[in-house]
Amino acid sequence: MAQAYKTEFDTPEIKEYPLIPHIRKGAMEHSKPFVAKAQHQESLGFPGELVDNWQQVALAKMAELLGKYRSIRVFLDTCVKCGACTDKCHYYLGTADPKNMPAARQDLLRNVYRRYFTLAGKLFPKLVGAVELTEEVLQDWYRYYHQCSECRRCSVYCPFGIDTAELTMAGREILASVGVGQKYSNEIITKVQKIGNNLGLPEPALANTLENLEEEIKDDTGVDVRLPLDEKGAEVLLVTPSADFFAEPHVDGLMGYAKVFHQAGISWTLSSYASEAANFGIFIGNYDNMQKLAQRVRDAALELGVRRIIVGECGHAWRVAYSFWNTLIGPFDFLDPDYPVPQHICEFSYDLIQRNALKFDKTANDHRILTFHDSCNVARASRMGNMPGGQFVIPREIIRASCNHFHDMSPETIHEHTFCCGGGGGLLTDDLVELRVKGALPRMEALQQVVDEFGVTHMAAICAICKSQFSKVFPYYGFDMDMVISVHQLLGDALVLGETH
Amino acid sequence: MSLVSILYALLFYFAAAVLCVGILLRIRLYAHTPQPLKIPTTPAPATRAGVVMRMVREVVFFQSLFKGCKWTWLFGWIFHFALLLVLIRHLRYFIEPIWAWIVIMQPWGVYAGFAMLAGLAGLWIRRIAVDRVRYISTPSDHLMLLLLIGIAGSGLLMKYVWPTDIIALKVFFLGLLSFDWQPLAPDPLLLLHLALTATLMIVFPFSKLLHAPGFFFSPTRNQTDNPRERRHLNTWATEPDTGSRP
Ligand code: HEM
Ligand code: SF4
Ligand code: SF4
Repeated sequence: MAQAYKTEFDTPEIKEYPLIPHIRKGAMEHSKPFVAKAQHQESLGFPGELVDNWQQVALAKMAELLGKYRSIRVFLDTCVKCGACTDKCHYYLGTADPKNMPAARQDLLRNVYRRYFTLAGKLFPKLVGAVELTEEVLQDWYRYYHQCSECRRCSVYCPFGIDTAELTMAGREILASVGVGQKYSNEIITKVQKIGNNLGLPEPALANTLENLEEEIKDDTGVDVRLPLDEKGAEVLLVTPSADFFAEPHVDGLMGYAKVFHQAGISWTLSSYASEAANFGIFIGNYDNMQKLAQRVRDAALELGVRRIIVGECGHAWRVAYSFWNTLIGPFDFLDPDYPVPQHICEFSYDLIQRNALKFDKTANDHRILTFHDSCNVARASRMGNMPGGQFVIPREIIRASCNHFHDMSPETIHEHTFCCGGGGGLLTDDLVELRVKGALPRMEALQQVVDEFGVTHMAAICAICKSQFSKVFPYYGFDMDMVISVHQLLGDALVLGETH
Repeated sequence: MSLVSILYALLFYFAAAVLCVGILLRIRLYAHTPQPLKIPTTPAPATRAGVVMRMVREVVFFQSLFKGCKWTWLFGWIFHFALLLVLIRHLRYFIEPIWAWIVIMQPWGVYAGFAMLAGLAGLWIRRIAVDRVRYISTPSDHLMLLLLIGIAGSGLLMKYVWPTDIIALKVFFLGLLSFDWQPLAPDPLLLLHLALTATLMIVFPFSKLLHAPGFFFSPTRNQTDNPRERRHLNTWATEPDTGSRP
């Protein structure tokens, strides 16, 4: 079955003052990602295509999830339709489609929940908006649960903390269970399970890539900085998103990590078996797949005999690692208890900076004027350091240690209020390019403001998805695609390599 | 005793039972449903005490709503706070002798009645006037506001326009509490006020009013941000088989 998507669309206009649009019904009704092929459904344990009794299967799945997740049950019951979340989603702000308002997105599930699982919905469906689970509803689930990047911005402002991401995950889990999974995420999960990373990069290719990077650093700096692979007995296992191995600007970040390890004099290694920090199991809301992917990291750590695990720059990967790993694949009693498990590469570098173990030549970054994009999953679903809010302080401190020119974007667009890049949550695929461009609008507006005000030339990020997404959507808004940069590239460029401490 | 008195006595027993049993069952359901993963939303406190403070700030000040929408916060907070004062004021119908602090609260309870109406009116105007909020509203959302406006309005009318015999009313409710039924004055306004209130009690456990107990079970708000320090267990997950690299 050939699937198509819209490539011609209007890029939203950057306004001087961001406006909340009036609703435009059906504005993004045409947007949906490609459906997964049978083989990529079955490899994840789902039926290959829409099952005949899908309605029954979907409701059974819903009942199962209601019993397994307190979040889902409480969130479906609790919304008072106060509307505080309705103008908080970047996809609503960028598309004006009312079904992209968080409460309305939740309602796609809630209305069905009410019809089949609550007394009020069974007795008075019209009164409480309860609806039958029809083909049209299933279509809406597929459309609009793939117009949510699971960024949790709505959850910050909801008086009850209702997190639409939880319901999006539930929606996607039900969709996959009846046979309509999403091509992009399912293919990627399959690749990790077969080969070890999202890109399907096998061990020899990976080894080759790392060698090339070592040469590149040598050419640039004259120093032998290593990027070791599968080295047993190393102190640290680094698990990083596979985009770091080849994509721009990610790869410069990877070289930055290598330089920091080099300077710190700590032995480290990558693993070809667990060569992926990303965990798309979270995106499709499937616990088993998420656990299976995470399990590779535990196995690799044990196999290599490392003492610590450090995670590279990636948003949702850090959420899974920080918030979920201990539950999914813990306990980590075989690792060094003196260090947090897992540790973020930024925590690692920040610690070295705090201890004056790194020397910087900040002028190396003087041709750059920086701002920083808080990645949604780091900002709202995890933490760094040992103080609340450390995830905001630490990356900025690293940037300040490496650069002379740094300016934050407007306060209502950073920290916990940050806007998603528009490509998170399993949406970083060409078949959703219109959604991605439009969803980036709020971040683009905030960026434009600091470009105008301070002449900002680069936006640093600590997420593989953010970096890829911005490289893609920047040109639509008249920015240069190279404006996005890894935090560890900044650090790497300013780091004075020499005798190790 | 009149038929009306008997009907209202039965109605209030029924409403009270539905309210209490309904909410208790719901709380039991929430409490017994596992929360497999740690999902607190930033700013998430790293200690249990911090979480308690966060919950208190949410319940008392509606902190997140304040960040979300100032108008809704203003009207919503006025309404809820006023509702609380009004409920406290109403305790005098159920307690004999009346505790001193409830006596002190009496005048506040009256102002609160007006504040409650104002807050509800503001919320309803927003629900109708803002296209986004109108879109997410179902008929029940409007009716709920109407119901509360009806309760507050009928109450204030009794206070200021057509007074009812509140001594007799108190005798009626104390009678209900001691299972020694007493007659109820058949004032139309009083009967309306009481019928609406009983309706509210009955719909409570089946409606969005579950937000009151539900809030306390919201994992994004009641979880401690310490997943690395303390292993959170998922009761339904299978343990990973350790060290099983194929
Ligand atoms: C723990 C106690 C409670 C808390 C923390 C709480 C909190 C909230 C919050 C934050 C909102 C959203 C803002 C708003 O629209 O006002 C809300 C809405 C609402 N609450 Fe409560 N509430 C509580 C108890 C109650 C009770 C006991 C009632 C009932 C009679 C009630 C009735 C309502 C109604 C009707 C709305 C919707 C208002 C609208 O339509 O805009 N709440 N509540
Ligand atoms: S902010 Fe929360 S309670 Fe209010 S409409 Fe949105 S999800 Fe519902
Ligand atoms: S989680 Fe993010 S993308 Fe999804 S509805 Fe909420 S704000 Fe929108």
